[in-house]
Amino acid sequence: MLTIKRYVRAQSLDEAYALCQKRANVVLGGMLWLKTQNRTVDTAIDLCGLGLDTIEETPDAYRIGAMVSLRALEQHAGLGALTQGALAESVRHIVGVQFRNLATVGGSLYGRFGFSDVLTLFLALDARVELHHGGTVPLAEYAARPYERDILTHVVLPKLPGRVAYASQRNSATDFPVLACAVALRPDGVRCAVGARPMKAQLYPGDPALLAGGVTPETADAFAAAVAQQAAFGSNLRAGADYRRGLCRVLVRRALLACKEG
Amino acid sequence: MEIQLKLNGRPLRAAVEPGTLLLDFVRAHGCASVKRGCETSNCGLCTVLLDGKPVLSCSVLAARADGCEVQTLEGLQAEAEAFVAFIADQGAEQCGFCNPGYVMNTIALLRENPDPTDDEIRAYLAGNLCRCSGYEGQLRGIRAFLDARGPAKEGHHG
Ligand SMILES: Cc1cc2nc3c(=O)[nH]c(=O)nc-3n(C[C@H](O)[C@H](O)[C@H](O)COP(=O)(O)OP(=O)(O)OC[C@H]3O[C@@H](n4cnc5c(N)ncnc54)[C@H](O)[C@@H]3O)c2cc1C
Ligand code: FES
Ligand code: FES
Repeated sequence: MLTIKRYVRAQSLDEAYALCQKRANVVLGGMLWLKTQNRTVDTAIDLCGLGLDTIEETPDAYRIGAMVSLRALEQHAGLGALTQGALAESVRHIVGVQFRNLATVGGSLYGRFGFSDVLTLFLALDARVELHHGGTVPLAEYAARPYERDILTHVVLPKLPGRVAYASQRNSATDFPVLACAVALRPDGVRCAVGARPMKAQLYPGDPALLAGGVTPETADAFAAAVAQQAAFGSNLRAGADYRRGLCRVLVRRALLACKEG
Repeated sequence: MEIQLKLNGRPLRAAVEPGTLLLDFVRAHGCASVKRGCETSNCGLCTVLLDGKPVLSCSVLAARADGCEVQTLEGLQAEAEAFVAFIADQGAEQCGFCNPGYVMNTIALLRENPDPTDDEIRAYLAGNLCRCSGYEGQLRGIRAFLDARGPAKEGHHG
């Protein structure tokens, strides 16, 4: 059970940052993950009054506030066009609409959860995160870092040319994914992220030379096989490592072919 | 601490503990339609509208609702009346425990998308669990209501 002794609606990011330096204090996103934990929190630091719930469009990027809900991401027309629907596809299995109205992109990326659909897709999209003190960091670097006591304020999605596709597999509807794959096919190469391995999502290069002549069912399969060989997989109650490796080859191939078809 | 909000249109000022959940707050203020189901953000029984959006009240602090508008089924009887009999007609209610959450989320669905397809209904209600029925009854009920009503005046914006 989550026990909260004090609640503060932060008036500024500096205040939130100062408060979150104390180990017993905690930043609130949507609180959904926090609520599954058994802990006592001194001060719950609420970011909901800081205007971090907007999506700004600039000529070359979308800048998404940390408190933007997964539902808002799913429904945003510009992000839908940028990702050809992959963003909505990546979150639509997450519990339900009421849940996604609460879960935040900031909490989802800060958490760097093994099962995260959001982390998987955002890695393939070359996202950057903005930290109040730590500045701007590529998500791939952030994902590999240990947890720091800093506020994630925004996530930036660059407007890159090319196509994106997302594919995941679940044992039952609304459960955590057994495996999640995101592929971005860019004029200068391919970005392929695999998550829920069940370890957290990571980018894998595959063998780009295999796609030099274009994406066909054969080259997509060869590339997917290379990714499945490079990636590390583990076993948990949802699936075994070997099954995940087999699934990875199928999902990466499908995602690549979906990019090609679009 | 003290919070101020609107509950079913009524301004309310009340003292809450920092960790009080919105679920416990609305139940303590007479809204017993809001049910405590899983309390782990999985079942949708505790659905309320927070500033018009359906959310899980078991997973929101009452403190965060300070300054907001909260609606429960107690305040949305007229809107629910239009379709609940269609759901009952299909035998979709057995123990009925999940029903208020279903009705609240169906209200949210129909406000957002007045002419949903069956797949859109399924997707929107995926976070509402029912231990008794096979979900088909709820779907048939909403479909029967939509067919009886005809196309919505506002048009489709799904
Ligand atoms: C039942 C359930 C099922 C789920 N299923 C899925 C699934 O299938 N796929 C999937 O991808 N995800 C799933 N999730 C995870 C979910 O989508 C969210 O990623 C998760 O709840 C975290 O988001 P939140 O906004 O609730 O964060 P919180 O729970 O509020 O916070 C999570 C962590 O991030 C910290 N934090 C939050 N915001 C910030 C910030 N701006 N700066 C710094 N630190 C911050 C908090 O202190 C905490 O440590 C599930 C979660 C639950 C509870
Ligand atoms: S009681 Fe809130 S989701 Fe189950
Ligand atoms: S009718 Fe019993 S839980 Fe739905």
